[in-house]
Amino acid sequence: MSSLNETMPAAAEALIERCREIVDDLSLGEVRRWKQEHPGARAIGYFPVYAPVELVHAAGMLPVGLNGAGDRLDLQYADARFGSFICSIVKTTLEMGLTGHLDPLDGMLFSGICDSARNLAFVFERNVPAKYVEFLHLPQNPASAASTEFLKGEYRRLADALERLGGRKIEEDALRASIAVYNENRRLLRDLYGLRAANPHQVRTSDIYLLQRAGNFLPVETHNELLREGLGSLADREAKPRDSVRIVIEGAFCEQPPLDLIRLVEDAGCYVLDDDFLLGLRWFTGDVPTGGDPLEALASCYLNHSVYSSVRHDFRNRRHKLLVEKTRRLGAQAVLFLIAKFCEPAYFDYVLFKRELEAAAIPHLLLEFEEKAFTFDRLRTEVETFVESLLFD
Amino acid sequence: MGETQASEYRSDIHRQQRDLMLRWYQRLEESAHGGPPAVSLMISGNCVELLEAFGAVPLYPEVNALQLAIRHQSLDPILAAEEMGYAADNCAYVKADIGAMIKGITPAGTELPVPKLVLCNFVGCNTYVKWFEHAAEFQNAPLAMLDVPFLRTAEPRAEDVAYIVCQLKEIVKQLEELTGRRFDYDRFREAMRCSARVEEAWSRIKHLARRTPTPFDAYFDAITLMGPLYVYRGSPEGVAFFELALRELEEKAARGEGIYDQERFRVVMEGPPPYPFFRTFRDMFAAWKATAVASTYSTVGGLWEFGFRHDPDHPFESLAMHMLAHNVTNRNYLQRYDQIRRYIEEWDADGVVIHFVKSCRLFSAGQGDMRGYFTQQLGVPTLYVESDLEDPRYFSEAQIKNRMDAFFEALEHARSTGTLHRGAAAIRHAPGGEIAPAAADRLKILQ
Ligand code: SF4
Ligand code: SF4
Repeated sequence: MSSLNETMPAAAEALIERCREIVDDLSLGEVRRWKQEHPGARAIGYFPVYAPVELVHAAGMLPVGLNGAGDRLDLQYADARFGSFICSIVKTTLEMGLTGHLDPLDGMLFSGICDSARNLAFVFERNVPAKYVEFLHLPQNPASAASTEFLKGEYRRLADALERLGGRKIEEDALRASIAVYNENRRLLRDLYGLRAANPHQVRTSDIYLLQRAGNFLPVETHNELLREGLGSLADREAKPRDSVRIVIEGAFCEQPPLDLIRLVEDAGCYVLDDDFLLGLRWFTGDVPTGGDPLEALASCYLNHSVYSSVRHDFRNRRHKLLVEKTRRLGAQAVLFLIAKFCEPAYFDYVLFKRELEAAAIPHLLLEFEEKAFTFDRLRTEVETFVESLLFD
Repeated sequence: MGETQASEYRSDIHRQQRDLMLRWYQRLEESAHGGPPAVSLMISGNCVELLEAFGAVPLYPEVNALQLAIRHQSLDPILAAEEMGYAADNCAYVKADIGAMIKGITPAGTELPVPKLVLCNFVGCNTYVKWFEHAAEFQNAPLAMLDVPFLRTAEPRAEDVAYIVCQLKEIVKQLEELTGRRFDYDRFREAMRCSARVEEAWSRIKHLARRTPTPFDAYFDAITLMGPLYVYRGSPEGVAFFELALRELEEKAARGEGIYDQERFRVVMEGPPPYPFFRTFRDMFAAWKATAVASTYSTVGGLWEFGFRHDPDHPFESLAMHMLAHNVTNRNYLQRYDQIRRYIEEWDADGVVIHFVKSCRLFSAGQGDMRGYFTQQLGVPTLYVESDLEDPRYFSEAQIKNRMDAFFEALEHARSTGTLHRGAAAIRHAPGGEIAPAAADRLKILQ
């Protein structure tokens, strides 16, 4: 299939193909199926980047991660409501709501990641009125003496609403169990990332991307099984290492680049050692404690043990320093910024990232994408030129 | 269509406004030379009263940015910022401010101090957080983050207030350390008292615009008053200024004087103005003798015309309430629809003008939906025009003027056929009826 000159084991191939089907199904077939199998149970969608899925799970509901519609949906309504200079995912999410694609969802969670997403929450609420819509305020000041208490209160507020919606109480033990099963999910994802970083010639980023993203639509327990399967089979690929540039990808934490663009980056000669795709799925740097008060555990981990992100502010740990640190730790040679068009948080962060990378003499390339793009000739040339400049310097 | 009329109202208020703003820049320059400490603040739901308690001067980058734009000096700094890596589509307020900082340009030509603290009052706008993070970085100044929960429920929650009050007290401690000054609680309460008086006067001024004709324009003239409102709200100078302004405008109203010899159209304005073409934009309204009777932009700093006042007996809590619920930026998007609707009904407007600003997603993301709500659902005439508040490259004069003329021509035609309605009567609801207010739906689902 590609210049990687490889063969993929049949088991792995089938697994990735299955994930691809799940991810490509804009009508959320997996969610519809789950609801049929669980009559009366609710499904709750969430807009990126992060949502406390454990609470939804403990309420007996299916959390569903939404990451836009790629190039698979024509915008009939949402363009007029959002106009120019607004990123694509905001529009495709509304469009999916207006065109019935999100019908299997009983509710939607948003948080204040940026000005566009914040307004989307309320425009969505008005335009898709039959759903429960919640806006969570996740603290942007993690260091106040009141931050944990506040966030606990916010989670309590959400839990109360979910309890009313589902007609059942969220028991503390159930929540602890949910935390445990998501801890496992995140552990497996970290293993998957570790596997790729150690064997970038064997484990393709586009494959682990699909494997991860399928988790958006599956019960976490099922996703955990898929991940275990993937961990067992993906590294069996026969592929010879070749001349490549080892890179870290930054900037695609919310709207997602088209799969073909991810492939293009690899095919053009990049070994991706880390990326921030679907960042919310790997949000915590370690396990969330399963003892004690579970709301406190979730809140405290959000404030103190989250990955760095352009939509979460933590002035104790500066993002631009952390990017340089990560690049060095992984032994990457360069950083590739993949930024969604009109993504203001990513645009802003680029300025400080760039300054810090230049000071550390780490080369970088900036590419803008739109989820709905399907031709990439210009981008391909840019990546190829960049790779050549690094290989033959 | 009549010839363009001079629409601007010139009087003591304007002289004093200029003096006050000049004095502010002088104080900032003194601060740069060992005078009172300066602290950067954002305009939205600001807590300038806290600074008064330290005798500190507020430094508002937004005021600087708009001053640069209105004086046609914003393009150079914007280009300088783009060279640093800022994107064409980043908020140009930020680019103008950072670019000016790097190039050493200041709006009044006076020196600006390095703030003792870059205090990011994160009230609604996420761009603030990035802006202040960058400002602190490039000025090598300490940064404090005051996280104000977004108003996501109908009323603020006790937890929200407690969280803000705790942070305010932490900032007080930090400011004591950084300035070497003690927090003067009496002065703090005195500032709250001044603010409450300023807010009362400002609110009464806004209510004067409910009269026909309105004695002042609640968009263009309101902007003139907004500088002093942010800088001097908690001080006796602020009280004197706003009480004078109220007197002047009350007298004008008592004489039955409007802005034009005859007021023809009354509109509600949504969105910030195009500062680089402020005059030009205003003239387009003047050509139709159209006045703004209310505007959402003039409630960025605070929303007082519906009754909120700072309370000297509960200073911290009332600061928190102000930041949470009583400014347009921290209120949710649908609450903004309600605010505009109230203006139409209670301020007796004929229609709404939405100025989409490319830089500012806080205002503009979703304005197409807002327009749909007013035209299709409520049947209120609505005009939608696009430009920018800071970047002179995004202003198409001919296009905006065409649309504006077409809009007012249509209103005029409707008036001549007896189908133009004003105020509560302007809201006629589309045949399909109104979608129930979203909050009500949410409750239904939860019951
Ligand atoms: S892609 Fe960027 S701008 Fe768009 S919603 Fe996500 S964070 Fe906001
Ligand atoms: S986005 Fe809007 S509110 Fe925010 S800083 Fe820019 S102009 Fe101001």
